[in-house]
Amino acid sequence: MVLFFLVLTIVGPMFTDYLPDDYVGPRAQPPSSEYWFGTTTFGQDVFTQFVYGLYPAFLIGMIGGGLATFIGMLIGFIAGYRGGLVDEFLNMITNIVLVIPTFALLLIIAAYLTVRGFLIEAIFIGFTAWPWTARAIRAQTFSLRSRDFVDLARISGMNPLKIIFTEIAPNMMSYLVMVFILQFGGAILIAATLDFIGLGPTTGISLGLMMNNAVLWGALHLGMWWWFIPPGVAIAAIVGALYITNVGLDEVFNPKLREM
Amino acid sequence: MKRYFARKIFIYILTFFFAVTIDWLIPRFMPGNPIQNLLARASLRAEAAKVMYGYFTRAFGLDVPIWQQYLNFWNALFHGDLGISVYLFPQPVIKIIMRAVPYDIFLLLPAILLSWIAGNKFGAFAARTKWLDNTVLPLGYILTATPYMWLGILLAWVFGLVLGIFPISGAYSLAMAPHFSWIFIWSALRHWFLPFASLFLVMFGGWAIGMRNMIIYELEADYSHYLEALGAPRKLVRKYAFRNAILPQITGLALQLGVIVAGALVTEIVFSYPGIGYLILAAIQNQDYFLIQGCFLFIIVGVLLANFAIDIIYVIVDPRTRIGMAGETA
Repeated sequence: MVLFFLVLTIVGPMFTDYLPDDYVGPRAQPPSSEYWFGTTTFGQDVFTQFVYGLYPAFLIGMIGGGLATFIGMLIGFIAGYRGGLVDEFLNMITNIVLVIPTFALLLIIAAYLTVRGFLIEAIFIGFTAWPWTARAIRAQTFSLRSRDFVDLARISGMNPLKIIFTEIAPNMMSYLVMVFILQFGGAILIAATLDFIGLGPTTGISLGLMMNNAVLWGALHLGMWWWFIPPGVAIAAIVGALYITNVGLDEVFNPKLREM
Repeated sequence: MKRYFARKIFIYILTFFFAVTIDWLIPRFMPGNPIQNLLARASLRAEAAKVMYGYFTRAFGLDVPIWQQYLNFWNALFHGDLGISVYLFPQPVIKIIMRAVPYDIFLLLPAILLSWIAGNKFGAFAARTKWLDNTVLPLGYILTATPYMWLGILLAWVFGLVLGIFPISGAYSLAMAPHFSWIFIWSALRHWFLPFASLFLVMFGGWAIGMRNMIIYELEADYSHYLEALGAPRKLVRKYAFRNAILPQITGLALQLGVIVAGALVTEIVFSYPGIGYLILAAIQNQDYFLIQGCFLFIIVGVLLANFAIDIIYVIVDPRTRIGMAGETA
């Protein structure tokens, strides 16, 4: 499913002759062979917008999710490995960011930025989404820290960074991959929500922006279902598929969860 | 237990302090100048603009040193002064927010609690029940993956426009003024139902999945196997498992609050429901920065209070934290 959309993102633009903001045809047309997903109130091609809108979703998922995973990893590893005061301090920061509703934070940042791009959006999402990852990884690191092979590495004089990356990290690889997948999906959802309120990127098109436009320009009242259904289906399908992939991986790594 | 609470409260106070500081910082260090924007909209002549700029700078207290601005901000905050709205001039921000809050509580509280309870019960029920598990699980994942606003739009479209059963905008019929009568309550309830349903459904999926996984995990624990080996009925084993599995779900509720609030905001926007979310949209569209700041603060305070309430509930539900043995994990 994810692959399907990924492929669509890459090859999609080749199937349309237009740019997402072009006014290509008659207004408010239902789907037809000419305009696959119909057209908007202004005569923009919904399919074109849809295909172009997929790209930012993956971009934001990749960068936002990746960044969140990375920061979470870094803080989790350090806090879990060092323990003591460092741990106390990092834990406090984590707790604070955890309690602040990140969305409200994103909202106020986005509201004050006059020019916004997908990249900035992704970076901000990454910087606010890491706490639960940090917490989970810290707990895991904690339990790995006192294992024999880590002790051995420490005694043999390896430096802490090397221990973390060559001894501890590989043991949690499966977990890290799952975290990344979850963050990926989460970032897409957050971005869509931001776009929907009108705090998304000021240029370009995304799935959330499509929904925003559809609602703003009365697609509901005009019964133009072809305008607002595709972006939502895409988001739900991508994120849902990611979650299900995660369960699959979980069952592979953790036999206890498998169905009897 | 005292230590546990002292720690928690310390964290909350620190968080609040942080949040307020951010709220104060962001407008001042973001590119662009709000006053300039304000004046640009008024399109004055150059000399007039200069005078006005000076006036606004003084009016917003921007002519004193930075540290004093910061202290003033705190001072005003404790007096309940969040500034004056630009969009609904000259009403104070706090008044506008206070008017929106009842709708939020009315919408959010039932949606969160009911979906949490129903989701947990259902998840526990579905775990290890073959056919339910197979249908519920994918459905649950798709529900949690659905953007709140999209489900809202869908519901509004199907039930509001195609079937015409429920109204799709506002909190009560436009023909009425808020008053206490059955007709009004009926109207309010009808307007409330769709936003409630869309919030409920998305959250329900998440809780059901979480609970299902927790129950399976607990059923694999030693005490469950022991009970089974003793020949305890399936129902009893499940009861014990449920009581253990509910604890992470309570913590989960606290962690999810931020996401839920975000979902509620957009749902309100879809249904033009006059809560904080709708207010924020209006504030953004009108570049009403004081109102945005006020809403931000309000959400923070709300989430902090809710978190604190959950902490208290956790202590009541989990006897271990009361004795102070295992409380440090939270």
